[in-house]
Amino acid sequence: MAMLQLYGSEISSRLLLGTAGYASPDLLRHAVLASGAEIVTVSLRRESARTKTGQGFWALIEELGCRVLPNTAGCHTAKEAIATAQMARELFGTTWIKLEVIANDDTLQPDVFGLVEAATELSADGFDVLPYTTEDLSVAERLVAAGCEVLMPWGSPIGSARGLANKTALQTLRSYFPETPLIVDAGIGAPSHAAEAMEMGYDAVLLNTAVAKAGDPVKMAEGFARAVEAGRLAFEAGLLEPRDMASPSTPVAGTPFFKIDTVS
Amino acid sequence: MRILVNGERLTTDAQSLDELCEALGFAGAKIATAVNGSFVAAPARARTCLAEADEIEIVAPRQGG
Repeated sequence: MAMLQLYGSEISSRLLLGTAGYASPDLLRHAVLASGAEIVTVSLRRESARTKTGQGFWALIEELGCRVLPNTAGCHTAKEAIATAQMARELFGTTWIKLEVIANDDTLQPDVFGLVEAATELSADGFDVLPYTTEDLSVAERLVAAGCEVLMPWGSPIGSARGLANKTALQTLRSYFPETPLIVDAGIGAPSHAAEAMEMGYDAVLLNTAVAKAGDPVKMAEGFARAVEAGRLAFEAGLLEPRDMASPSTPVAGTPFFKIDTVS
Repeated sequence: MRILVNGERLTTDAQSLDELCEALGFAGAKIATAVNGSFVAAPARARTCLAEADEIEIVAPRQGG
């Protein structure tokens, strides 16, 4: 299986996993290990002087030894996202940023105008931007022009578990950007959704809730790992084109009782 | 002076951002900071003077999707 390349780095797993919403730190640890993910997403939040919650979380992530992809979750303007990205770069020691600028609190859909604005400024400032975007082709073009070498269109709204809501547009995006790493980010609810994205030729999937909120997150993480691998292998192998009529798989030649000739 | 730290009102004698972080017990902690919406890098905290009504953000790593 070909290795995933993101901003010049070879990544061993095509499954990127979020770290939020697990019932316990131990469950998070085991789910990450079962997923085989090399990249995990993290965030920045206000630190309480009293509890200092973030310090313990960071110790756990360091112990896992994963590459972190910080996000700008919750930012509603380019200005907020840029300041958050700058804080993340210093805190996590990485130029990678999962850029989120949110337009609407109910759908959590990207504000594509703020996204392009922030991506332009951050790329110019030396960030490796992985933008959480829609499947819109014109926005994707602007993000690439802004300097984004990776695009992360949503499958469906964050946490909705609805899978790939607009397959046609996702396929168009794939066809239009054959060389750009494309990652389906958000909305993946089942391993079959992840496999579908990979079969379409998407380079990776990023998900969180489907694993974190599963009855057994560790088992689900393994399920997703296998689905992502299966989908990728199928894409690399080349899938059969669908057809309208049946095509016998068993050889027709030599079928018993088949009348070739008559004696009279 | 009165300032806002992570959205909460606070009265402090700290003159600089560095002094404030230390007074709050963040010395040596893994944090990042912003003042009035703009990022302030760790080395710049000592020379970042605080003023009445400043809005300070002190953040740390957290779970994220």
